[in-house]
Amino acid sequence: MVVEVAFWILALIMVGAALAVVLLRDVFRAALLLILCFFTIAGIYITLNADFLAAVQVLIYAGAIGILLIFAIMLTRNVKEGNPFGKLKLSALLVSLLVFATIVGVVVSTNWATVTGVSQAVEVPVGSATTSAIATALFDQSKGFVLPFEIASIVLLAALIGAIVLVRDRR
Amino acid sequence: MHFGLEHYLILSAVMFSIGLYGALAKRNAVAILMCIEIMLNAVNIAMVAFSRYLVPNSVLLTGQVFAIFIITVAAAEAAVGLAIIIAIYRSRQSVDVEQADSMKG
Repeated sequence: MVVEVAFWILALIMVGAALAVVLLRDVFRAALLLILCFFTIAGIYITLNADFLAAVQVLIYAGAIGILLIFAIMLTRNVKEGNPFGKLKLSALLVSLLVFATIVGVVVSTNWATVTGVSQAVEVPVGSATTSAIATALFDQSKGFVLPFEIASIVLLAALIGAIVLVRDRR
Repeated sequence: MHFGLEHYLILSAVMFSIGLYGALAKRNAVAILMCIEIMLNAVNIAMVAFSRYLVPNSVLLTGQVFAIFIITVAAAEAAVGLAIIIAIYRSRQSVDVEQADSMKG
């Protein structure tokens, strides 16, 4: 019951903030509302029993990516242009409504209760902390994700070097 | 309808569609990048909802691990994307994607 009320409050704030990100003329305000949106997503993770992910969401999205976006806006802002819509406004609306209708149709018509018997996964009971179990799920010898974890570190290193090379002053 | 997986999946669909609309309709490159972040977060909500509700009374952590990988890739994508935007801004003093069309045939 508490989870349900929290879900509706968080979902309303989240959708409102996301709509404002798309519709506002001022890019800077849009970025601040995007950070609010990230915070409400962290709340949604808490209602889904994902405490570690909620902390990661606040640290990485609301912290790091939010600050990065605000820096980029400060460096590239063109005040008189603002944040206008392009030529594709109507067709973009049509495409996104079609995608939305398709996803909702699939979600409503699928019987999710039939999915059972997942043996290759780490489980914890609802209501317990997930942090140590996520460590098991990532690094376990048989059902872990050790190789993707190492590849993720290479992706981050490549992104780091790539970002530095792209914005380096070539004089 | 009983409260559960469907609510989270439809919330995820709403967020994904809002992000898709913004990514297609906006002209400011930074705004497009913000809308892509909204889309990635929508997918994360779906992942975590599956990890919570696929098996009743138990949390399957594979979905949360996938969400962690998505967050990692999203961080890398944001860093490289913003670097590209700043490089474009340096060369043509604008982040309007409709002016950055020199590769158009």
